[in-house]
Amino acid sequence: MSAQRREFLKALGGSALSASFATLFTGCTTMAPSSGKVVIVGGGWGGATAAKYIRMWSDGRVDVTLVEPELDFVSCPLSNLVLGGSSRLADITVSYDNLARRHGVRFVRDTATAIDADKRVVKLARGGDLPYDRLILSPGVDFIWDSVPSLNNAAAQEAILHAWKAGPQTVALRRQLEAMPDGGVFVLSIPIAPYRCPPGPYERACQVAWYFKRAKPKSKVLILDGNADVTSKGPLFKKAWAEEYPGIVEYRPNYTLTDVDVTTRTAKFEVQDSVRASVLNVIPPQRASAIALSAGVVTANGRWCDVDFVTFESVKVKNIHVLGDAIQPATGMPKSGHMANQHAKVCAAAVVALLAGQAPNPSPVLTNTCYSFVTDKDVVHVCSVHQYDKEKKTVLPVPGSGGLSSAMSELEGRYAWNWAKTVWADMLA
Amino acid sequence: MRGFTLIVAAGLALAAVAPSGAQQSDPNLGRAVSATCSNCHGATGVSLGDVPSIAGRTKDELVRKMQDFKAGRAPGTIMPQLAKGYTDEQIDVVAAWFAAQSAK
Repeated sequence: MSAQRREFLKALGGSALSASFATLFTGCTTMAPSSGKVVIVGGGWGGATAAKYIRMWSDGRVDVTLVEPELDFVSCPLSNLVLGGSSRLADITVSYDNLARRHGVRFVRDTATAIDADKRVVKLARGGDLPYDRLILSPGVDFIWDSVPSLNNAAAQEAILHAWKAGPQTVALRRQLEAMPDGGVFVLSIPIAPYRCPPGPYERACQVAWYFKRAKPKSKVLILDGNADVTSKGPLFKKAWAEEYPGIVEYRPNYTLTDVDVTTRTAKFEVQDSVRASVLNVIPPQRASAIALSAGVVTANGRWCDVDFVTFESVKVKNIHVLGDAIQPATGMPKSGHMANQHAKVCAAAVVALLAGQAPNPSPVLTNTCYSFVTDKDVVHVCSVHQYDKEKKTVLPVPGSGGLSSAMSELEGRYAWNWAKTVWADMLA
Repeated sequence: MRGFTLIVAAGLALAAVAPSGAQQSDPNLGRAVSATCSNCHGATGVSLGDVPSIAGRTKDELVRKMQDFKAGRAPGTIMPQLAKGYTDEQIDVVAAWFAAQSAK
């Protein structure tokens, strides 16, 4: 390539354009040219889905590199069943192998430590840079440990667990529950919304109660909620607590956690007296993971990332898209795995179109479906449909659509397992 | 009357092929909207459990089922609630896309 042409292509500012111009320069070619490099940070519900769908929808023309430190995907949805003891971690674990083998995703087992948005480069913990045309951050959440000062160190975090990222913490919390003597109190602290998986804490209370009812019937589950009421599926959870777990589950709203005493497993609150637990489970407040800060895409309250809902591109930094729990959601859009999968598909379609020089779909639609297990088999759901509103430039729930289960049922329990297996395959198979 | 409806439907189908509207001109709209269904029904319409697979059913059957859910004529758990969120055009493109998938 001549220096002059190199400068010309550089001036165009992107290999997506360069690729199409290269085709013009070389005339017709029988090989489909690469239409760009996408780097994806985070192999969760958003990132893994985006990786597979970009490869699929670009017919392999877009190079996709996925940066993820873990070898296997562990599902947060259904992980409360591991705490209850009706499932094992292996039941909710899926290998990442097919993303590379079947779909040609380049899997980099590493952690992204910084983003240089000007140079369009991702820096890796083990050294080395990954250049990109478009970057997709699906980084998940970090805990705001400053809000629970005594937990702001590694030793404390191993004693008082969150188990809000499925994996070793899930297994460790199950062990604490198993070791707890009958007659003990499991205390669950819930942060003020928004946080990852709105119904998740209440499902957790059900699953721990399900375990206590069978194995430790004198024990109690005490929910100390920072919110004024149950934030999702309220009537359904309250009915399950009253009918399935009378005398076991107690719910108290407006408990804002200020700190803990690690040694005595005591939770401290803004207003109320401290509460001592046999097993203390603190779900701390959350924000977009630190890598989003490095990329400069955290724009809402210093916690979340505002995006354009047609492309999921950051409203602030060009060529960086953000998916999943890290975004500042549109009205009625929960921080859920299913939602992140849907973000990823809208983003994947837009990225494939943009790299091919086409306009993205101007009217994306997304759905959410969320199943919660109130026993080992009975399930309740909430679902919603979100359509893009061109005038308001956001996605909004469709009036009259969506809703809750009328009652818990085993049928929905079977649908929930179907959902899990099918959506894991949708992302990873 | 049924014949007339079919002719009108055929005319509409042709119109859908012509690049008349922004949505209709996007050849990838079918797969994009159908991707909202695949979390439960599978990436190609084949589910892995109790939820019905929808790949390879006729477009007419799928449209009718979705419209029955939307109008509250068909019972269900989440589908009557979700169907109400889709436009008639989206139901048409989704039905056409899954009808074209292999049922295997």
